Amino acid sequence: MTTDAINDQSEHDSHGDDHHDHKMTGLKRWLYTTNHKDIGSLYLWFSFIMFLTGGAMALVIRAELFQPGLQIVEPDFFNQMTTVHGLIMVFGAIMPAFTGLANWMLPMMVGAPDMALPRLNNWSFWILPFAFSILLASFFMESGAPNFGWTFYAPLSTTYSNGSTAFFVFAVHIMGISSIMGAINIVVTIMNMRAPGMTYMKMPLFVWTFFITAYLLIAVMPVLAGTVTMVLTDTYFGTSFFDAAGGGDPVMFQHIFWFFGHPEVYIMILPAFGIVSTTIPAFSRKKLFGYSSMVYATASIAFLSFIVWAHHMFTTGMPLFGELFFMYCTMLIAVPTGVKVFNWAATMWRGAISFETPMLFSIAFVILFTIGGFSGLMLAMTPVDFQYHDTYFVVAHFHYVLVTGALFSIFAGAYYWLPKWTGHMYNDSLSKWHFWCSLVSVNLLFFPMHFLGLAGMPRRIPDYALQFADFNKWVSIGGFAFGLSQLIFLVLVIKCIKGGEKASAKPWDGAEGLEWTVPSPAPYHTFEKPPKID
Amino acid sequence: MTTKEYESYYVPAQSKWPIVGAVALFLIAVGAGSYVANLNNPESVGGGWVLIAGIAMVIYMMFGWFNNVITESMSGKYSHQMDNSFRQGMSWFIFSEVMFFAAFFGALLYARTFSVPWLDGAGNNAATAAILWPEFTATWPLIKTPDGTETTAMGWYGLPLINTILLLTSSVTAHFAHVALEQEKRGLLKFWLGTTVLLGMVFLYCQGLEYAHGYADEMKLYLDSGIYGNTFYMLTGFHGMHVTLGTIMLLVMFIRVLKGHFTPKNHFAFQAASWYWHFVDVVWVFLFVFVYII
Repeated sequence: MTTDAINDQSEHDSHGDDHHDHKMTGLKRWLYTTNHKDIGSLYLWFSFIMFLTGGAMALVIRAELFQPGLQIVEPDFFNQMTTVHGLIMVFGAIMPAFTGLANWMLPMMVGAPDMALPRLNNWSFWILPFAFSILLASFFMESGAPNFGWTFYAPLSTTYSNGSTAFFVFAVHIMGISSIMGAINIVVTIMNMRAPGMTYMKMPLFVWTFFITAYLLIAVMPVLAGTVTMVLTDTYFGTSFFDAAGGGDPVMFQHIFWFFGHPEVYIMILPAFGIVSTTIPAFSRKKLFGYSSMVYATASIAFLSFIVWAHHMFTTGMPLFGELFFMYCTMLIAVPTGVKVFNWAATMWRGAISFETPMLFSIAFVILFTIGGFSGLMLAMTPVDFQYHDTYFVVAHFHYVLVTGALFSIFAGAYYWLPKWTGHMYNDSLSKWHFWCSLVSVNLLFFPMHFLGLAGMPRRIPDYALQFADFNKWVSIGGFAFGLSQLIFLVLVIKCIKGGEKASAKPWDGAEGLEWTVPSPAPYHTFEKPPKID
Repeated sequence: MTTKEYESYYVPAQSKWPIVGAVALFLIAVGAGSYVANLNNPESVGGGWVLIAGIAMVIYMMFGWFNNVITESMSGKYSHQMDNSFRQGMSWFIFSEVMFFAAFFGALLYARTFSVPWLDGAGNNAATAAILWPEFTATWPLIKTPDGTETTAMGWYGLPLINTILLLTSSVTAHFAHVALEQEKRGLLKFWLGTTVLLGMVFLYCQGLEYAHGYADEMKLYLDSGIYGNTFYMLTGFHGMHVTLGTIMLLVMFIRVLKGHFTPKNHFAFQAASWYWHFVDVVWVFLFVFVYII
């Protein structure tokens, strides 16, 4: 892919009509902005703040679990911590971070002047902080924050919920609106704003994964909205969707929730595939191996995500046919995922690999995500899942996929594009510290959870039997070490914004894509005229 | 390469409307949250006023935001590509609405196919029925719930059938209006669009009658009358809200037509409102089949 028309920035200023106005300064710039880079930065900062908030809650959990017995928090507050930690990390940290990356990178990668619907883009972002203010404000209400787990299973969230359920429901509604609007913007940008000549199969894989993810979002976020609405009416208006006494069924809650919930977990991992499919070729100095198979694998995973939801509920009661169907469909996902892992390995094979920090995070992603994938395969088997269900094995599984998977890919992407965003190279030794501290501590944090789970330690309980004490101690130490390691990243990013070695337009010699054809930092408006793609 | 080869894509300047909309949504959520959370608390100040303020602010935002968009569109700033963005945006928004209804249709079908028969012992649930709900007989519509609440099923003839005819007709008149717009027949456009708005309003009126009928003592069909009443009111209620929104959209289009807006080539807003109308119509057809007839 080459470009022969790169924006001439001097020509840029001479346009001078109202759509190239100068950016405002101060708070108004951020409140009123319609610029995809501003909004991308807002998303990324918001997600990082939420990541630290949700992380602090995880540390409360780990502090309580440092030793057996109840010592630091009340059980009910512990439940609020597990619930809000999950909600914040899913809807406040991982998803907005990906949307932020999409905002920053998609228009540049497809050669567009901005996102397709810039004002809507601003709205999608700015409703998020309000939604999380409502959710967090519930900690200060008499009833306390939601305490029924981020999956808000009925009847915990209906009959037995505390008084803040209404606020939880409306906060989730707003998060859903934000995601749907953001996803519509991504889909329309990709379908309608590609530079001439950029056919679908010439799009960077990063663009493909966000394209497919956005479809998943549009399809399932409304189902989540429907679910919380039923919880709301069951709790406050006397309906009995999830109550057998009125002809409903609590198991129905789980079906509807996981019809949203399972595509949701791919919403949090498909963009990660896109990021490492960008970084691994760049630092292996080779083309991505099997580009088209990557596209088809992503699409297959997305399709399968709609027909596997009940593997989350093998133990809650289902006809035998259902158990078998969902087991086989789930195991089928290992095929396209295996294609991806194979392709990443094949991309690195005989490549001229260099180990810059984005590549370190990407390699760690491939290995550790695969561990999470294998434990997922174990959980997919109905008879063994009866043993693992609701134990720390599940916690280990999804944290390997979401922390060393999604989060590590976000770090890889952030390091990869920081020079493009800020115009400065990041501090290399700090970044190495961040990587190695994270890598060691995250495994100390999550790997022993596998053993705890196999030995039968249940999740979401503030106390445990004595035989789990040693592992839990190490897990908690790993947790605090991992949390503190992230502060290195915060310092690094601030330093990188303030200064540092000037970055060239293309600081990575193996990097490909339109974003590297513009100067670093990328100009406020990137492509006034679409570049031509051969 | 000169700019003339490409139409430039209009990127709007900074806009205050999104943040106004964000604050409005915040007020709605806080207001509705405290209103609902304190429903059974007579001492509470409630969130009603905050909710109303939020709704007022949303209306203010819509006027301002759409006014900007209309002004930009009529001054010719929008390229064909921009128009496409709007169209695609609207169609994916409608798809998301379809999925919202799918959640409730899913609940309806699940209850009918699985949970209600299971409570009566279907499948391997004989013990559930014998021990927990020995008195219960599975029927659909579920006119007697396991805990003994009794209600009456709403028939499909009468008002629902009239409403079906009204909505189906209105979809046709909306299409006629669109054809008239594309053929520059402004008189016909006004007539058919006005008819569509009227049909929408009559539909809503009939639905109000139907609800009053359901809530009357003869029927005792309430929102909390078990899973039949739940799905009936939630599905028809959300549909009714969408019809209300669609009617308002069409009314705005009617006013814009009177003002001389829209050309045969450039009428995204009209198209969007008409798509939305067809969408609520299709949802009604599914409702009529699955909620009323079967």
